[in-house]
Parts: sequence; structure tokens; C-alpha cells
Amino acid sequence: MSDSFLPQKDEIKRRLEGRYVGAVPHNRALDLRVVDYRPEHLSLCLPYRDDLVGNPETGVLHGGCITSLIDATCGGAVIMSLTAPRRIATLDLRIDYVRPALPGQEVICDAHCYKITRHVAFVRAIAHHGDDVSPIASASGTFVVFRETEKGES
Amino acid sequence: MTKMRDAVVELRATGDFTALQEAIPYTRFMGITAKIVDGDVLGTMRYSEHLVGNALAQKLHGGTLGALLESTAIFKLLWHGETNAVPKTINITVEYLRGADSEDTLARAEFTRHGRRVANVRVFAWQRDPERPVAVATAHFLLVPD
Repeated sequence: MSDSFLPQKDEIKRRLEGRYVGAVPHNRALDLRVVDYRPEHLSLCLPYRDDLVGNPETGVLHGGCITSLIDATCGGAVIMSLTAPRRIATLDLRIDYVRPALPGQEVICDAHCYKITRHVAFVRAIAHHGDDVSPIASASGTFVVFRETEKGES
Repeated sequence: MTKMRDAVVELRATGDFTALQEAIPYTRFMGITAKIVDGDVLGTMRYSEHLVGNALAQKLHGGTLGALLESTAIFKLLWHGETNAVPKTINITVEYLRGADSEDTLARAEFTRHGRRVANVRVFAWQRDPERPVAVATAHFLLVPD
């Protein structure tokens, strides 16, 4: 089955990668990749790297880079929910580590912005090794959405 | 394999974090270090361009602040702890209070409750003024094998 939408989807993915990764130095330093996207949803991937290991005895990635992956993906899911360009900022992010990450494997984060109000966006996310029914981490975050007319603090 | 345990033993004996932070690849990558100041663990994340999240406003990435908070809590647990095992993060909640500028960030941790199996740790991160934290976190750590 040929899908004429596929080249377009790849092009959009490339542009999103430019926006979420290319334009954000720390996401670029972690080499984050866009896995998938749709309205209100974003999935990013953190490739495994030896220099991101938190415990050299186990070879497991440090929680810090998983926090960065989840924060970046959740923020991106909020942007995927906006109808106009807006600046956003993380208010809080809670991460539950439900099972240990495995060494040598990339981590994928799927985030869903399930509610957005005038000023606040609510996001749920999971991080996994490719099988989203057995996540490594489960997260929820809230973001403030700045309105055009406002300057400075929310 | 034993590099980490040796580093923890050295830390307990000398109060010097050098071997420990050298043993952890991620803290080296992030420029996160720790030392004992006034009898307490002071975590530091040295500013580097690759920590930036908003290039236009030159603000640090939220994830990097989470990393400093979590690392500082773990450093303090390792310094105080009774076993040489690395504490496992059960969960962490990071609250972002203000944008963090392109400069060094410091952090201190407090044990809210240090049990035998689980520790509840509150961590604060700031830049110029400890009275104006940029982010705080509450985290639970498992101190025994699961």
C-alpha cells in the first residue's frame, strides 16, 4: 500500500526535529530524535550513550538525562496542542521510576497534553524501551502558557 | 566494577567527591560536581553552552536543573549512607520557580526523613541568591536492593 502522505510526514518530522532538537542546545547535546507526532502528542527518543551513564556498575543511564528527555517531550506535546505560537515554561514535573532502565538501549518518551486551559497545560508521559506496555518511568507535568499580550512573569 | 564502590569508600574517608564524580560518566558530561562546605554537601553545575534549553532567552534546560537536584540528593545520601550501594530514585518531583540564567547553579539537599529502606529528600537549587531558588525537588530514594 503506497502512502502519498509519507514523504510529507518525513518532512514535518524533519522540521519538528529542527524546532525541538536543533534549536535547543541541550536537546541537541543529548541527540534527541523525533519518533512520532500528532496533535497533542509527541514522542522523542534518547539514544543510549556511554557518557550518559549514571551508574558505571550497571551501565544504566542517569535519571538526569531521562528527566531532560521527559521535560523536552512534555513541552513539545504542549506545543503540539497550541493553536497559535506561544512561549511555555515547565511549572512542575513528577517522574516515577517504575522499573530499572536497561543498559545499552535507547529510551523513548511518549507525551500527551490531555488538557490545556487559557494559562495552564497538563501533560502525562511514559518512558520505555520500545514497548509502551512495560514503561521504565511514568510522568506528569504542568506548564504555564504565556499569552502574547503579557510580558515577563505569568 | 569496583570503581564506584571504591569512590564511595574514599568519599566517606576523606569528604572528597573527586573520585566519585570522575567515576560517573553523566556528571562529568554535565559538569556536575560536589564538595563539603560548612559540613554539608554543596552541589554545583558549571555553566556550559550545551546545558541551555532556550537559546533565545539564554535560560538553562529544565532537565539539567532536575539532573543537578537529583545528583546532589544522591551525593548527600552517599556521603551519609550506611551502605556503599548507589541509592535508586523511586520518584522525583521538580518544581520550577524561575528561569535559570546562563551561569553556574548550586544546590543543597535536606533529608526530610531518612529511614533504613527509603529516604525522602528535599533539594534546592539557586544561582546568585540562595533565598531565590530557581528550582526545588522532592525525591524518594530506595536505599536497599529491590
